[in-house]
Order: sequence, then structure tokens, then C-alpha cells
Amino acid sequence: MAHRISIGRRSFHVFNYTFLSVLAFTCLFPLIHVFALSFSSNAAATNGLVSLWPVDFNTRSYEFILREQKFVVALIVSLKRVALGLVVNMILVVLLAYPLSKEARKFRSRTFYAWYFIITILFSGGLIPTYMVVKETNLLDSIWALVLPGAVPVFSVVLLLNFFRGLPKELEEAAFMDGAGQWKVLLRIFVPLSMPAIATITLLTMVGHWNAWFDGLIYMNRPENYPLQSYLQTVLKIDLTKLSSSELSNIEEISDRTIKAAQVFLGALPILIVYPFLQKYFMSGIVLGSVKE
Amino acid sequence: MKLKIKPNFPLHFMILPGFILVLIYSYGPMAGILIAFEKYIPTKGILHSKWIGFDNFEYMFNQPGIGRVFVNTVYIASMKIIAGLITPLIIALALNEIGRKYFKRLIQTLIYLPYFLSWVILSGILIDILSPSTGIVNHFLQWLGFEPIYFLGSNHWFPYVLVASNEWKEFGFSTIVYLAAITSINPTLYEAGVIDGANRIRQTWHITLPGMRPIIILLATLSLANVLNAGFDQVFNLYSTQVLESGDIIDTVVYRMGLENVQYGPATAIGLLKSVVSTFFISIAYYLAYRLADYRIF
Repeated sequence: MAHRISIGRRSFHVFNYTFLSVLAFTCLFPLIHVFALSFSSNAAATNGLVSLWPVDFNTRSYEFILREQKFVVALIVSLKRVALGLVVNMILVVLLAYPLSKEARKFRSRTFYAWYFIITILFSGGLIPTYMVVKETNLLDSIWALVLPGAVPVFSVVLLLNFFRGLPKELEEAAFMDGAGQWKVLLRIFVPLSMPAIATITLLTMVGHWNAWFDGLIYMNRPENYPLQSYLQTVLKIDLTKLSSSELSNIEEISDRTIKAAQVFLGALPILIVYPFLQKYFMSGIVLGSVKE
Repeated sequence: MKLKIKPNFPLHFMILPGFILVLIYSYGPMAGILIAFEKYIPTKGILHSKWIGFDNFEYMFNQPGIGRVFVNTVYIASMKIIAGLITPLIIALALNEIGRKYFKRLIQTLIYLPYFLSWVILSGILIDILSPSTGIVNHFLQWLGFEPIYFLGSNHWFPYVLVASNEWKEFGFSTIVYLAAITSINPTLYEAGVIDGANRIRQTWHITLPGMRPIIILLATLSLANVLNAGFDQVFNLYSTQVLESGDIIDTVVYRMGLENVQYGPATAIGLLKSVVSTFFISIAYYLAYRLADYRIF
């Protein structure tokens, strides 16, 4: 059927394309601006010459940061945390999703277990009691404080168990008939068939661990145990003393500025690197997670 | 043929590690809320500290400015909920009108990038661009002939900065959820609409929006769970003493009371109050989502 494109329709299209382009640009602009700042000279940054492109291109801010012991130490803590957290989370997610994906008819205790985990979504003890448990279990200043309290990500479990449920029942039944046990069915059938879901959860878990900053801040007494985001939090946060004297104490803030920009950029860099992959699996993740029968 | 019944023992065994960790780190803290009712002294421990009933709650309610904190929390959280439902809906409808696939994909890719960055990073960016003297936003305002605005230091502007920057981070995600719902609408409905002479506006009004109703209801009901979540991560990284009046929320009070001033009892009390009310809202949210949108978590 041939459409006649009216003037109204055409001007709407022009408006719509412009609107969405401006919107996307606005979302991205702050990131690009900070990126440009991090490669600019202090003088250019101060005089407001930098917008989308570095002015007086140099890498001094980055050299300064990478020479700084604290940054490198925090980076290493972060990498350890991501690796350890990922392993622990993924093992637990897979081990929990499988039994919970069984029907209550076949696995009687399922209902009890399901409620046991659901209750943790509905109610939490709150900040202070959690802090005290972590303290009582001697995890303060240990990397495990960043891993164990959040070792069971219930929403990831839900995501995976729903995926498990979508797999054809016949495969499982056939395997049981051939004499396979529960472990074998999980590891040889369910896990290999669920790679898309597992990949999604893996990426989201890594991003989650990389981005987490609050636990590091409260569970680590010694700053050398801070993961990178906690360290960045302490250096990037608004300096209360500086702000209380409303006019900013110029010199300090300015020499700080390009360095902070570089720190922000380095903190975001791993996310930007995995973003294309995140993107790819993200859609499927959303469809799995939030819209399901 | 009769299936051999498989013993469920391995299933219990698989659950065991997660069960224990949740017992310690989720149920353990639930037991720890006892200190909300105690004059808690760390050296005496939870079991031997003195029981004082609701004194901690009374103490908290007598704090100056505590009413303000509750108002701020609900006010900021509600604005975020409303903005979080409407913005992505508009953007999703606008994106749905785009014919060119690559352009649609490009925009989608660009708008949900901030979703994956932490509030530490995003705040670092916001603090720089919103600075009254050196920030690019204020340079732009000055260029337009306005006075510079101290966005993060003004009680008038601070809540709006929170809502707007929260949308910056979140709207891309919800937009994609909405778009997924739009693509699942049966295309024959549109064909029928065209035959009946419906233009794009009428198609949107009579086909697209009704088709999106389940997902809108679902997101709306689930967002009820956040009535007391004004966003600790964001506020904590953006606020300062100057904007306590408009930006201080329950979670930040709990943090300062408990971990900075080491007043465990009162901080736990106020945290418990929040948890209880939140649980009420979360339960309602899930119940409504189940009744209205057929949503089930397990």
C-alpha cells in the first residue's frame, strides 16, 4: 500500500530525529567533556576553553595518577575483588538456580527454600546490623568482606532459574533415564544450554563488583585496602571544607581538576571496554529478567 | 515406562552453601535489629546490653530536623518514581517512530551507557560540570546571559539535580524495557488500523499504548517498592553540609549516626523503621504486580 507522506508527518520526523540526536548527545556530552578535560592543560581547563576536544593535549594527569601508589594499589584490590566475587557469585547462582527451578511436586522442600530466599528481598536488617555481623565474623579489612555479604545475588538466581525452566523437560528426563544424576544433569545439560543467560549474569556481576564502593568504604579501615571505586569516592567527593567557603579556593581546585577528570575516566574505562558485550547480552538479559510469564 | 525416582539429596547439597551464607549475612543482621531496642554497648554485646524499649526511637524522633529528613526522602523518591515512569515512555514512543534501524540502535546504545557507571563516577562528572565557577554548564548559562547557578550548593536546586541526574543514569534502561514491549505488539493490529484509516497518532493512542499497558502497570507497581529509597549512593556522593536541609535522607542519617558518630542503637532504630515500612511497600508492590500484571519473582 502506498503511503502519502504529509507535511505534518515529515516535519514530525525532522523534529523527532533532531530531538533524539540532541538527547543522546546530552547523555554523552558530560562523559566526553571530562575525557577531554583529562587530556588538557590546567590553563585551558581553568579558562573554560575545553568542551569536546582536549586543548593543549598532554598526558600529564595520567602520568601523575599512575605514579601514585594509592591508585595502583586500589586498582589491584579491585581486580582481585572482581575475580573472587565473580567466581563465588557464579558458583552460588548456578548451584541455587538448579534446585529452585524444580517443580515443588518433584522437590518438596523447594517452597521452603524459595521463601527462605524471597524473604531476603522483602526485608533486610539494615546498615548497622549488617556492619556488625561483618565485624563479628572478622571480615573487616579482608577482601572477603567485599565478597561474602553479597555472595548470593537473589535476582541473578531468579534470572537463571527462569531460564532453566524454559529448557525442554525431555532432555532432563532422557538423561535421568540413562542413569545420570542431578549433578550430571546440571553440569552437562543445564549449564551448557544456558550459556546466553550465564554470560549475561557474568557480565552484570563483573560490572556490579567493579562499581561497588560503599562496602569498601565501610568495611575497610585501612585505605590501602580500598578497592578503586572506594578510593575514587574519597578523592572525588565534594570537599566540605572547600565548599563551606563559598568562593572556591582557586589554585588547589584547578590543579586538581584535570587529575580528577583523568581518575573519573580511568574508573569508567573497564565499563566502556565491556560495554559492547554488555550491550549484546543486555537485551536478552532484560527479556529474561523483567518481562516473563 | 516408569521413571526411576531420583533422590533429592544432591539438590539439598547444592543449596547448602548459599543457604549458610544467607543465614549469616542476611538473617544474622535481622537478628541484630535487637539493638534498636537496647542501650547498646559494644563491649557488653547484643545479649547483655540493657533493654530500653522504644527509647532509641523516641531519641531519634526528638532530633532536630528529623521531620525534614522524612519529607525529603519521600519527596525525592516520589519525584524519581514519576520521572522514571514518564521519561522512558516518551522516549520509547519517539524511538518507535524511527524508521532507520541503525539510527534507532545507535540512540539506544548511547542513552543507556550511563546506566552501567557507578554513582562515584557519575558524581565525579557532575561535580565538575556543575561547578559554579569552572563548570561547563555554568559557562554555558553565562554565555546565554544568565547568572551562574550553584546547583549542588543550593537547597532550591539540589532535589531537582538529584531527579534529573538520576534520570540521566536510569532512563535508558527503562526505555529498552518499554521498547521490548512495543516490539511484541502484534503487527496485524497496525495493519488493521491502517485499513480502518487510523493515522500514526491514532495508532499510537489506540494500539501502541494499550499494548504497553501491562508493562506500564508492572513498572508502576514495582516502583512502589522504592517509596523510601531516595537513592543513598547518589545523595551520599553529591550532598554537602550546605544542602542538608533539602537533600538529607533517612539512609544518610543512618550512615552518619551509626558509622560516623557510632550511635548504633538510634541508627539501627531509624533504619529498622525504614526497613519495616519498606517491606510493607515492597510486599504491596509485588502483590499488585502479581494481581494486575501476572508477575511472579519465583
